[in-house]
Amino acid sequence: MSPSLPSAAELAAQAVARRSYGKLIAFLSARTRDVAGAEDALSEAFAAALQVWPAEGVPDTPEAWLLTVARRKMIDAVRRQRGQDATAAQLLWLADLAEHDPDEAAIPDDRLALMFACAHPAIDAAVRAPLMLQTILGFDAAAVASAFLVAPATMGQRLVRAKTRIRQAGIPFRVPGRSELGERLDTVLDAIYAAYAQGWSDPAGTDAQRRNLAEEAIWLGALAASLLPNEPDALGLVALMLHAQARRGARRDGQGRYVPLAEQDTSLWDTPMIDEAEALLHRAAAMGRPGRFQLEAAIQSAHCVRRLHGRADWPAIERLYDALAALTPSPVVALNRAMAMAETRGPVAALALLDSLADDTRMKQYQPYWAARAGLLQRLGDSAGAAVAYDMATGLEADPSVREFLQQRRADLSRK
Amino acid sequence: MKYMLMIFSNEKAEQSATDADNQAIMAAYGAYSQALVQAGAMQAGERLQPTSTATTVRVINGRTEVLDGPYADTKEQLGGYYLIEAKDLDEALSWAARCPGASHGTIEVRPIWAM
Repeated sequence: MSPSLPSAAELAAQAVARRSYGKLIAFLSARTRDVAGAEDALSEAFAAALQVWPAEGVPDTPEAWLLTVARRKMIDAVRRQRGQDATAAQLLWLADLAEHDPDEAAIPDDRLALMFACAHPAIDAAVRAPLMLQTILGFDAAAVASAFLVAPATMGQRLVRAKTRIRQAGIPFRVPGRSELGERLDTVLDAIYAAYAQGWSDPAGTDAQRRNLAEEAIWLGALAASLLPNEPDALGLVALMLHAQARRGARRDGQGRYVPLAEQDTSLWDTPMIDEAEALLHRAAAMGRPGRFQLEAAIQSAHCVRRLHGRADWPAIERLYDALAALTPSPVVALNRAMAMAETRGPVAALALLDSLADDTRMKQYQPYWAARAGLLQRLGDSAGAAVAYDMATGLEADPSVREFLQQRRADLSRK
Repeated sequence: MKYMLMIFSNEKAEQSATDADNQAIMAAYGAYSQALVQAGAMQAGERLQPTSTATTVRVINGRTEVLDGPYADTKEQLGGYYLIEAKDLDEALSWAARCPGASHGTIEVRPIWAM
């Protein structure tokens, strides 16, 4: 990399990469089902652009220029492999494409089909979000690996395996029909939310690469919602992510210390972003088909009323968790429901609910469970029990500022 | 599988930390060790004295050579380790990320050679 400022050609290439990378990958791989081949061809096309554009100027239709070059590279690659694979059909399609100069506006948007391929039930659930980030947004394997706390070599292998599976198992590049759309859309939205959650958990909010990940996930969600305007839960997911994002700046104080939701300064919340989330949620609710992400967004909305009334709407939060538990029962939902109950019915009822979760193996290594338990025991005056639970929560926490917060809470026990 | 988590950090910076900081770090390590024990992952774990106490020994052509100081002079030094039991590398990495040393140094994760 040269230390000087990027040239106009580099900036143009970056701009096209951001806007069109996924669109070009989706278009090239939707017909060939060869995602890895499309990625190789497109990266060669970008390399060619960085050589040619500075000398000859940025073309009027850079996206079409890249597509033409990438398509030629794919034809060359397919020809080289001939005999190993039945590739005649691919070659025909690519050659047919070569005869017509592509018109930028005419490149169909297959990104939604690519999302459904990445999040297909036949693809390992853990690799769906990484695969989407790589194919649609062009994240490299190392960046995705760090975000998902997986060794880069392992992540690379998983991504390669998933792409091979798409090709060999004949995973379709299409948006499922009405009858199966609901279930299949859930896996797409889950993967986008998983990407957001990884970006959100970026501890100090200072890691540029991961802050980027949270924003990119919102962008992916907005893309899915815009391509599926009649799916309320896609809107719900965007509303949920915007609500969380709106509070991002309030999660740390001036000294970088962790601030829990209930103690956040609401004047630091991003009001326009909250308004946008609320508007999306209203639009979704008007369609009359509630779903998981709409419920989760509504819970965030009920937390947000604290900025108007000084107190979150806990009865509403409890009811919404009831509905969520009925829809997608999980120990995490039950834990959150218990925390709402602590506000509506007091710590004894909440602790009884937590006790019923204690044998679940997922809870034993789940930091929020121990932190919740510690807080409840503290409220009930059981300092010894609270200290043990705070220690467990501290030991399970990876974020140093949350760890310090928990240690401080534990130290406060003996002072009172 | 067994994994070794080797904790590398700048021992000079640690030596100049305040008592309050040291107490907080020790408490964090205590909590982390306890979480490992509770999860059934803990095999062993120790903190090492600083590299100024290190001595290296090697035998060259039958002649013993003993030197003061650590094997390699590096910006960050091995300060301790945990030996853990984990299902796979992913799980070992999630424990490594929780180790207090990960936020003020680097954790090297290596699988143990199964005999």
